[in-house]
Amino acid sequence: MNTKVTLAGIELKNPVMTCSGTFGSGMEFGESIDLNKLGAVVTKGIANVPWPGNPTPRVTEVYGGMLNAIGLQGPGVDVFMERDIPFLKQYDTKIIANVCGKTKEDYIDVVERLADTDVDMLEINISCPNVKEGGIAFGQKASAAEEITAAVKKVAKQPIIMKLSPNVTDITEMAKAVEAGGADVVSLINTLTAMKIDIHKRTFAIANKTGGMSGPAIKPVAVRMVYQVANAVKIPIIGMGGIMNADDAIEFILAGATAVAIGTGNFVNPETTVNVIKGIEDYMRRYNVQDINELIGAVK
Amino acid sequence: MAQKRVNVTIHSQEKLAEGIYSMWLDAPEVAAEAKPGQFIAVYTNDQSKLLPRPISICEADKENGRLRIVYRIAGAGTLEFSQYHAGDKLDIMGPLGNGFTLQNKKAFLIGGGIGIPPMLELAKHLDCEKTAVLGYRDAETFLADEIGKFADVVIASDDGSVGTKGNVIDAIKANGLKADIIYACGPTPMLMGLKKYAAENGIECYISLEEKMACGIGACLGCVCHTKEIDEHANVRNTRICKDGPVFNAEDVELLNTDQQRERITSGHQTEGCKCHTIKIKE
Repeated sequence: MNTKVTLAGIELKNPVMTCSGTFGSGMEFGESIDLNKLGAVVTKGIANVPWPGNPTPRVTEVYGGMLNAIGLQGPGVDVFMERDIPFLKQYDTKIIANVCGKTKEDYIDVVERLADTDVDMLEINISCPNVKEGGIAFGQKASAAEEITAAVKKVAKQPIIMKLSPNVTDITEMAKAVEAGGADVVSLINTLTAMKIDIHKRTFAIANKTGGMSGPAIKPVAVRMVYQVANAVKIPIIGMGGIMNADDAIEFILAGATAVAIGTGNFVNPETTVNVIKGIEDYMRRYNVQDINELIGAVK
Repeated sequence: MAQKRVNVTIHSQEKLAEGIYSMWLDAPEVAAEAKPGQFIAVYTNDQSKLLPRPISICEADKENGRLRIVYRIAGAGTLEFSQYHAGDKLDIMGPLGNGFTLQNKKAFLIGGGIGIPPMLELAKHLDCEKTAVLGYRDAETFLADEIGKFADVVIASDDGSVGTKGNVIDAIKANGLKADIIYACGPTPMLMGLKKYAAENGIECYISLEEKMACGIGACLGCVCHTKEIDEHANVRNTRICKDGPVFNAEDVELLNTDQQRERITSGHQTEGCKCHTIKIKE
């Protein structure tokens, strides 16, 4: 039984990875699960300088999901290289560094700094809804998305994954734009911009007023978008959005995702990733699937 | 220890006061490791609610493998917990956080409202001269008698129905009490008052903070608190309440409202002096 999948020439032992921002750099989860089991660890967003993030409260729960507006708090690329890469290097898993920035130069700075490190792939975050400048500004206009992709691709030594926002009129336009810009892979979806109001205090539930919605409530939207993008571009897709178990993951794979990522599911149970890996294997045995690649986009 | 979500049985549950419940859980592994000031993540059985509720440990009975939480109904999640009976099951994870560091100094154990429960386990473990100063809304002085078995108890109430009318600091002053160390848990305004009181009187002060949490294990950076100096893990002036706390030396943390936090973020204060190669963040 083969569970290996390949993304832009990088072979993963299985299609299960983590969503950026939900797993730190793996250190905290390393106390709960065996990181060697994961297809890849996708790190929290890395900027060229430390980012302080947003005021609190930063998270709140909603029916079947949650909102967050962390604001990409991070220690910066220096600390990531000194501390987090050597930590992740101890494990037999692929390292995917998520890169964020406010300007094109910021992104390029990080990508250049990571060029000669043990990072296997770069995921470029052009879809964070919680920072004012940059981020989402590149992710909501096709021409801007294509331009940033091309600029990053020019300097990147590793394959690049462009992470797409669902907060657009037509996600296939964005996917085609980053493919035209030279993206090796697309990942989708980032969170949906949302709001919650505390009616007792008459205040916003999170300090940023709006936050990104994630969790099982958004899964049907994500599956639909993965299916649409799979039919619009030739590059592989990493599907994500509310995956809580193996059944959810298989839905994404059938819709056209080559790999899948677990985000909010990590908060619900630190062992969700390894449970999904096991569950995919059980599904393959149950339906006598020899190679997981047979399932990619196999919805009829 | 490995942080795992475990299914446990409710040993007993009782109502202590209006909206305040006490629950004993059969959770030997968690009880065995629990320290005063730590908390557990409690999950709802309603699957539409994803995130665990962080609840402080009130007592850990290691001998019988039981853990006690005392909580207030604050929303639909805790309302669900309050409806369970002995024999019902729940998922929990823990113990989480650092807990109080016990010192052998004349101590104040200060609890305000639903910050009172961790003071019981702390009172049992502190082997020194100690006074518990407990702040309540009214005459429903839950846990006061139980804490009284291990420490002197002084009470403050908002409506003046029991003890000193006012807050915990009013009660300390009214009774002319003195201590060399403060351990405290309660609402942020109380902790802000204690931080100031401790600084003015040169008393060591440890406060237990709370914030909306998601992961509970230090990965998501949802529950942060601003710090005086650059935090080693974060490389900015933020620390993680769930993982690096919830107990902090009051001198090390800044208790700020949303607008004050925003001002510090925009001014560049939060990253001033951090480790950084390319750009000087702020001269």
